[in-house]
Amino acid sequence: MGQQVPLVDYLVLGDRPHLVARQCDACGARFFDRRNACASCAQTEFTGVDVPTEGELRTFTIVAYAAPGVPVPFVAGVVDCDGTSVRGNVINVTPDPEHVRTGMKVQLATYVVGTDDEGTEAVGFGFEPVEVD
Amino acid sequence: MASDDIWILGIYMTKFGKHPNLDTVDLAAEAAMAAMSDAQVSVRDIGVLAAGNLMSPGGGIGQQLQKQIGQTGIPVYNVANACATGATALRTAIMAVKAGECDMGLAVGVEKLAGAGLLGGGGRAKSDHNVYEPHGRYGAVATIDGRIGTETMPGVFAQIGMEYGHRYGGASFEMFARISEKNHSHSTLNPLAAYSKRMSLEQIMGDVMIAYPNTRPMCSANCDGAAAAVVVSGAKLKTLGPDQQRRAVKVSASILTTDPWEEACQVLPDVNTLTRNAAQQAYAQAGVAPEDLDLVELHDCFATAELVHYDNLMLCAPGEAVPFFESGATWRDGSKPVNVSGGLQSKGHPIAATGIANIWEVCHHLRGEAGDRQIPDAKVGLAHVIGLGSACGVHILERSAA
Repeated sequence: MGQQVPLVDYLVLGDRPHLVARQCDACGARFFDRRNACASCAQTEFTGVDVPTEGELRTFTIVAYAAPGVPVPFVAGVVDCDGTSVRGNVINVTPDPEHVRTGMKVQLATYVVGTDDEGTEAVGFGFEPVEVD
Repeated sequence: MASDDIWILGIYMTKFGKHPNLDTVDLAAEAAMAAMSDAQVSVRDIGVLAAGNLMSPGGGIGQQLQKQIGQTGIPVYNVANACATGATALRTAIMAVKAGECDMGLAVGVEKLAGAGLLGGGGRAKSDHNVYEPHGRYGAVATIDGRIGTETMPGVFAQIGMEYGHRYGGASFEMFARISEKNHSHSTLNPLAAYSKRMSLEQIMGDVMIAYPNTRPMCSANCDGAAAAVVVSGAKLKTLGPDQQRRAVKVSASILTTDPWEEACQVLPDVNTLTRNAAQQAYAQAGVAPEDLDLVELHDCFATAELVHYDNLMLCAPGEAVPFFESGATWRDGSKPVNVSGGLQSKGHPIAATGIANIWEVCHHLRGEAGDRQIPDAKVGLAHVIGLGSACGVHILERSAA
């Protein structure tokens, strides 16, 4: 059994996979990659914070035509995770307008993207519908 | 006319479409020469050149153009600002004239884009020996386009329109397709449009889906084209002939903005805030209200984009873009004609040319020279472009009083 690595460095794997953001100490703006200064307030101190794993789908598109090598169709969207906007795919759902709608509740889910020549698995994330009873 | 006003003295756009036998310099030269001819001036009268071209290798389109039409030693600014490149070139020439560095400037935008296909998206190729190693700003071990959202333009702008629909309601696939139906109808009157065939709602909705809800005819048309404009100071215009003064179009506002930080703006581009900011500044600078506009050429790079810009440009009340469109207001016989040229979806979108071509369209109507598609008695018009990243150009133009 090979090791696993996250697809991107802001995805933390383990028992409870989640995303981390760099949060500006001064104004609370959040970024998923490095900043020399905050784009919102220009202060320079940041702290890593966990992003909530549940949220609401604020917008989406169903991509039917993409760059070569990108499997289609897939659902790309933006999820509002309790005030932090996250870009991601909506996964584990039928990719059509009957099954995906803005405002739907979703939660973070991970899946294996691929395996490299040394047997290491890359694990990506997406958001899947939360089943409502 | 006030001495420090800025005027469009001459302007031209080439036929948009496929020009297999003309290269980027040829197209830029055709537009530049014709704009100067329209202005009744020569290259020796031009004191500054601002030129934009995004997609051709080599760069230095301004100097290449000079070698084609006249090397007079004037300063050249080669500009790039995504889809706002043409507007940026125009604004650069305007700023030079406004600053008093010269009294006449030329702005040119040109693109060879026919057959370019899908823009945006993709990623790095796999190497032969494939071992995951973090790479780039997100420490990605593999391509993220298609795995963490989409980088493709149709997909990005689809989400922008769908987000508006989520906030305010009413934005269905059919409603977006009807916007495209309008623009494809408008272009039937535009002989310079890349596509001038009317398309029915059924044809548009039944065409190839690119990124829901944008089908192919709801996406801007990649094509070749160029546009150019000669700008002149009010002081200089006073010294020119009566015909030049009569046909000159006043630049009542010239604004360029970028996107200020907003939550989520680095997750999905926020094309709204900077457009609204540009519009507000433009209306203030021109002393014009949205109600005063006789026509608007706005950046309908996708049908989903046109909807949000009705709101951003304050053509309707906040949140009312859907009922505003459904009222018929934005058809050419409506109260606020939008994209009577056919827009980017039908006229075409040769990227760096677009921000001058939309000015050309507005000027054509203000001069009363728009032929079959003339908006009667047009006095004031607005031209808007946005380039992702983002940059937004808004120009308000007014008919000459002369």
